[in-house]
Amino acid sequence: MAERGRVSGKALPYLFLLPALLLELLVHVLPMLVGVGMSLLKLTQFFLRNWSAAPFAGLSNYTVALDFNGAVGGALLHSFAVTLAFTVLVVAGSWLLGFTAAFLVQGQRRGRGLLRTLFLVPYALPAYAAVITWSFLFQRDTGLVNGVLADLHLVGAGDRPFWLLGGNSFLAVLVVALWRTWPFAFLVLTSGMQAIPHDLYEAAALDGATMRQQVRRVMLPLLRPVNQVLLVVLFLWTFNDFNTPYVLFGAGAPAEADLLSVHIYQNSFLTWNFGLGSAMSVLLLVFLSLATGLYLRSRRVR
Amino acid sequence: MFGEPHWFRWVRRAGLAVFALIVLVPLWVMITSALKPLRDVQAQFRWLPTEWTLSPFVDIWSTIPLGRYFVNSLVVALGATLLSLLVAVSAAYAISRYRFRGRRLFSLAILSTQMFPGILFLLPLFLIYVNIAQTTGIVLVGTLPGLVITYLTFSLPFSVWMLVGYFESIPRELDEAALVDGTGPLGALLRVVVPAALPGIVAVAVYAFMTAWGEVLFASVLTSDSTRTLAIGLPAYSTQSGVYWNQVMAAGLVVSVPVVAGFLLLQRYLVQGLTSGAVK
Amino acid sequence: MNKLGVALAAALLLSAGCTGQSGNGSSPTTLTYWASNQGSSLDNDRQVLQPELEEFTKQTGITVKLEVVPWPDLLNRILAAATSGQGPDVINIGNTWAASLQATGAFAPFDDSALNGLGGAQRFLAGSLAATGAAGQTRTSVPLYGLAYGLFYNKKLFREAGIGQPPTTWEELTADAKRLTHGDQWGLAVEGSSITENAHHAFILGQQYGSDLFDASGKPQFDTPQQVAAVRQYLEFMGTDKVVNPSNAEYGNGTQALHDLATGKAGMVLWQGNAETVLKANGMSPEDYGVAPMPFPQPTPADGKHINSLVAGINLAVFANSGNKDGAMRFVKFLTSAEEQRKLNKSFGTLPVVQDAYQDPAFQSPAIKSFQQVLAGSAAPLPQIAQESQFETTVGGAIKDLFAQIAGGKPVGDAEIRAALSAAQQKMATGG
Repeated sequence: MAERGRVSGKALPYLFLLPALLLELLVHVLPMLVGVGMSLLKLTQFFLRNWSAAPFAGLSNYTVALDFNGAVGGALLHSFAVTLAFTVLVVAGSWLLGFTAAFLVQGQRRGRGLLRTLFLVPYALPAYAAVITWSFLFQRDTGLVNGVLADLHLVGAGDRPFWLLGGNSFLAVLVVALWRTWPFAFLVLTSGMQAIPHDLYEAAALDGATMRQQVRRVMLPLLRPVNQVLLVVLFLWTFNDFNTPYVLFGAGAPAEADLLSVHIYQNSFLTWNFGLGSAMSVLLLVFLSLATGLYLRSRRVR
Repeated sequence: MFGEPHWFRWVRRAGLAVFALIVLVPLWVMITSALKPLRDVQAQFRWLPTEWTLSPFVDIWSTIPLGRYFVNSLVVALGATLLSLLVAVSAAYAISRYRFRGRRLFSLAILSTQMFPGILFLLPLFLIYVNIAQTTGIVLVGTLPGLVITYLTFSLPFSVWMLVGYFESIPRELDEAALVDGTGPLGALLRVVVPAALPGIVAVAVYAFMTAWGEVLFASVLTSDSTRTLAIGLPAYSTQSGVYWNQVMAAGLVVSVPVVAGFLLLQRYLVQGLTSGAVK
Repeated sequence: MNKLGVALAAALLLSAGCTGQSGNGSSPTTLTYWASNQGSSLDNDRQVLQPELEEFTKQTGITVKLEVVPWPDLLNRILAAATSGQGPDVINIGNTWAASLQATGAFAPFDDSALNGLGGAQRFLAGSLAATGAAGQTRTSVPLYGLAYGLFYNKKLFREAGIGQPPTTWEELTADAKRLTHGDQWGLAVEGSSITENAHHAFILGQQYGSDLFDASGKPQFDTPQQVAAVRQYLEFMGTDKVVNPSNAEYGNGTQALHDLATGKAGMVLWQGNAETVLKANGMSPEDYGVAPMPFPQPTPADGKHINSLVAGINLAVFANSGNKDGAMRFVKFLTSAEEQRKLNKSFGTLPVVQDAYQDPAFQSPAIKSFQQVLAGSAAPLPQIAQESQFETTVGGAIKDLFAQIAGGKPVGDAEIRAALSAAQQKMATGG
């Protein structure tokens, strides 16, 4: 035991952790557990006011959600596929764009600071402002995208495509998400590149390594730990992204761009079936944990 | 990089120009559209206004109480940022300077909360806040403190994780020397570690501020008339004024300017913070 | 039980244990009122309502705390309030939600004696009163503002096209619309992306074609030949008739179609009666447009009903958890009084829901008379069932996708419509 009036040395770290722990418990862990509990109930509007009366549903919400031949499960599977494709494309594209830009900026002497600042603007913009601007760009009759296509004579006056409806909507939400996300990859990779000591390149150059070989043998291996964390963070953020599709399409997204977060929102808040919606969220959580865990294990991150 | 071929300079310049365009075009549309008269944004797209006007900026202030939303957003974002810093710095200090049972578990658990889909705990969180109000009288629904607490935990995981990396880059001898001098652990943290980690802390602050400034989903349930923030005041506004794209763009600019300006002023700390923190 | 199980059970107990308590903490001299957004802005609503609330305070000594809730937030806020028991005392709801929200049990019932306290059932328009809860159950809301659908037309464009009278049948409407369509100008504007508008039109046209969306046992039957014909009628304006600009497939925020009418880009819209505020905001004064009842099919299809609107509008409900139910009831009585009905409906461009408010000259204009007749005579309430919101989401969403396909140049016929409606029906059956 410690002296009186002094905190025991053993308790000290826990004391430092306590605020964070309590807050996380309150805002994340406890609500999550309640959410899991909700998924086991038949929690429709009939029981919203008095949950204790909601019949225990066992796993029936899960069986409905996972019955891929039924309408609900089929739509969920479709939405999952759309989201997976979306996430893979956004993460890969953001990494590629971020890496390219970071690499190019690094070598640039004049205006480097200015360019770096400029490239970070899309990330700094509040999600709402950025996405609403894009929805204006994508308007059929008044938007920039069709305006430019018409100027280039790629579309005629009568056959202007819709970007926020039908098949193109996937492309639209992809472009918006990419625009908002790549600067983060750029930021992290810029920091990563700056942390690589210059003499490593010098040594490689003395050994006769070309620029490409320096990238492959020095830069990429040293960026590996950064990339691992970056990819996981991008993956989680993109998969759970609610703002982009919601602001772009509202609550009723086109089937082709029916991302999971909005799909679940629709299934709980618009149809008032919170049990089913929670079950879908839990399934999403399980998938994300598995995917992240497997990735980290395969990469053997500490 | 050494031995860069001469032709690559041109590739680089062209590449950077393309990136600059990708970023600039939407920004250009946002800014010029906010300065266009209504008829311009309702006709075919054009790069420049037929007539420059500031009236969209005037109009938005008269149709919604933007001023009040602005103050609310500012209070919430600043409050969340300050508290998040306090909590994150203290947690990161414990993780980086002490070896204790549950250290790894805690670090993993706090990061894994990033996986939770917001939809899953929106309604439960609301219920828990209501119960807190009923049992303790602390009202967290419809009040600014409720939003502050919610948002600070949103940025907490990433902040802690980044600060741990940063703190570990600070030589341990520094604070151990302070401890030997008779300063308590708290003193060592405040007098040695925090000043040395300032860039990392600024970076975390910027991140926390941005997170709180732009959140929409939770704000829509946790705020009321008097505590509504910009992030939900504006969507409500744009549904009302649908086709007035010039006003919508003006409103978007008004929301963005403070956070973008702050971000850009402090971005070099963000790069530094990440460099010595995450990257190590 | 493992640790997780214990934590889970504790969390559930914690949240369930406290729901259902009165958490409003209202004193007998205060009330909280959530008003929906009826005017041109939240502030406009506040300006209209505040003086009336002060009047109420003067009469009763009860102060009313007003919050105007924007439509995008309203349902979530109500749900949160219903779930937690923490909410206002009196609230506005869209009357199509009446049965859905009734099922939550969050609202206090208005039984016969309560209704008699408001002047009796016969005071209210029968149609509006029918949209206050499921049939056979005690209603949990009362009408506040009335709305009906009608045909709005741009008088100038009608004159230019040489059209003297507004159409009364769909055939005439299509013919007129074709004459109005040339260049940048279109005969009709619709909000193809609006789930709510789509669902409403599917319902109204469905009534005209003799469709029943739900069978006697309450099971959804969206893909009947009648309903397919009704939806086809609505889609054909854009599809085969080509009198609707394909761009309208993208319209969905409730102002774009009206904007087209006001700016002369479209000759007609089918809209609810409160279009006036939006039209005015878009620079169209009341003498520039005419209003007529929505057309009927000619000849009337077998089983077709003489319906050309749904009973739209806003209802008032009292939270069951209100700590001041007495005051809340007095406030409801105040808002449904002839005097307040006159003032408020005049300001919001809506229709009074009580007979005795119509003597006011403001409600004697031809447009209002026309809406009043529709509301009183040929309007049907949307199915007052608990799953109404699912109906809107699934059917309205299906029609939105069909509009998108048509606008994208894909042909949409009966087969496609039936398939979309069947899918909607299946989703509704499993989701509920």
